[in-house]
Amino acid sequence: MIEARSLTKRYGDKTAVSDLSFTVRPGIVTGFLGPNGAGKSTTMRMILGLDRPSSGAVTVNGKAYAEHAAPLHEVGALLEAKAIHTGRSAYNHLLALAATTGIERSRVDEVIDLVGLRDVAKKRAGGFSLGMGQRLGIASALLGDPDTLILDEPVNGLDPEGILWIRNLLKALAAEGRTVFVSSHLMSEMALTAEHLIVIGQGKLIADTSVAEFISRASTGSVKVRTPDAAKLRELLAGPDVTVSSSVEGTLQVEGLTSDRIGTVAAENRITLFELAPHEASLEEAFMELTGDAVEYRAPAQKTSAGADAGASAAADSAADVEVNA
Amino acid sequence: MTAVAQAPTPVRRAHTGKVTQGRVIKSEWIKFRTLRSSRWSLIAGVGAMIAIALLFSLAMKSHYPHMSQARQKEVDPVADPMRGVFLGQLAVGVLGVMMITGEYTTGMIRASLSAAPKRLPVLWAKALVFTVVAWTIMTATAFVCFFLAQSIFSSIHIDKSISDPGVLRAVFGEGLYLTVVGLLGVALGAIIRSTAGAIAALFGILLVLPVLGEVLNLTSWGDHVNPYLPSNAGQQVMALTTTSPDMKPWPGFFLFVGYAVVAMAAAAILLKRRDA
Repeated sequence: MIEARSLTKRYGDKTAVSDLSFTVRPGIVTGFLGPNGAGKSTTMRMILGLDRPSSGAVTVNGKAYAEHAAPLHEVGALLEAKAIHTGRSAYNHLLALAATTGIERSRVDEVIDLVGLRDVAKKRAGGFSLGMGQRLGIASALLGDPDTLILDEPVNGLDPEGILWIRNLLKALAAEGRTVFVSSHLMSEMALTAEHLIVIGQGKLIADTSVAEFISRASTGSVKVRTPDAAKLRELLAGPDVTVSSSVEGTLQVEGLTSDRIGTVAAENRITLFELAPHEASLEEAFMELTGDAVEYRAPAQKTSAGADAGASAAADSAADVEVNA
Repeated sequence: MTAVAQAPTPVRRAHTGKVTQGRVIKSEWIKFRTLRSSRWSLIAGVGAMIAIALLFSLAMKSHYPHMSQARQKEVDPVADPMRGVFLGQLAVGVLGVMMITGEYTTGMIRASLSAAPKRLPVLWAKALVFTVVAWTIMTATAFVCFFLAQSIFSSIHIDKSISDPGVLRAVFGEGLYLTVVGLLGVALGAIIRSTAGAIAALFGILLVLPVLGEVLNLTSWGDHVNPYLPSNAGQQVMALTTTSPDMKPWPGFFLFVGYAVVAMAAAAILLKRRDA
């Protein structure tokens, strides 16, 4: 359980995290989502007591991180890949960390096997690829068999197999009753891994919601209609909950009506349609819109058609289709 | 807001592994012995000190008979072969700095401080591990250099015995001086956090300040400042004949220790206060 209360971090006159309050519950994977520079890493560093909040507080399992007598048993963290001395081997790195709380050597071997680094465990970590560094970071997080896991961008640099591995690992850890808090700037990855989402932008909380709700909220799609009678169709479609916009001559962007309804209206009025394309806003788009401007989100009244065009090709928006590599 | 699924019972495990100062020391010892760079700085320091001792004493052995009597009188059979201390201090100084900055430059410090979030035990453990290793090795090296040189000097009959007045203190003092140089490096490393910056600061204090002090010698200020500069004070403990009438060996050494303690205290305060 992680509880942040009015967490704020300022660096000089720049506010990295602003009045952030949230609770991360055990038993599920909670995604921590926001674009790069949103304040995710800063928040995670504050959870671990590495950065001191300018105001507010955050506790893990009821206590400030530094107050725990055995922190590695309470919280396992992957803050950045390669928070490792480049001259030391993976095995010795873990051995040194394990020594601080009297974790036995056998556990070091266990986590090395668990993350699949057996073959390179005795090599200097400086030669590790980003993916190997991530695996080593995950091994150090798991070392103390902690109740709470905090992982900052764990899939960065992993190949598809590695991504699948970490996804299943996180779900399994959560199913055991642990608190799993994972940050990412990739909405699609979080949609597959997390049950709950905490979304921040510019250091402010902009959503604290289940993934299911986030998806349904994001799926208020629009329909693209191309017709030579655009003006007439526009008049016919007008209604209280309907928004029709047009950025290109002869093309309408309709929100609030299904494509079935638009097609029927057109047929009844003998209007020729060249194109009738339902377009559900992709999760990535919804996420970008959410995080792009935190203020805009608070009054999500009108969507501009310009934003929708960008992702129009990704009409079928199964998040699995979106590749995770940046 | 949707209802969150009822969480399963949290995992329960026996949490016996508390972080203790002893365990952090063990961890730091593992860190120290598993880095090739620590071994190499020590080997370089020891090698340079022994090489210079040999070089000086062998050169002395061949030239001494041809020297004027006045020159012969100036020969210091204890201090001359000890000149390797100036290279030794480069090695231990860099090693001390790297104990800390090596972690900052690689990001390892965040792993270390999350494992021991009280932070200060990490600094104490590093200082202790460094002190024990550097003192043992540098003291041993000082004695090796001394006995090597005296065995060479014995053929020209200028050798000193370890039991002669002040000799044991001087040889022993070399190991002590070098250890404190390294500790000053540890402290500066923790204060400055960058390898280049901390090394520049350390050798600025040890090597450049005395040179600037010589400028003061042209004024009446010199005598009031120079004996108290860190390296000038610290090196009195390894001098057979005091070079400064105002600074005796042990007071000089303890003043040097005092500088290191002040630096270490500043390091502790900053480590505790600053974001990692």
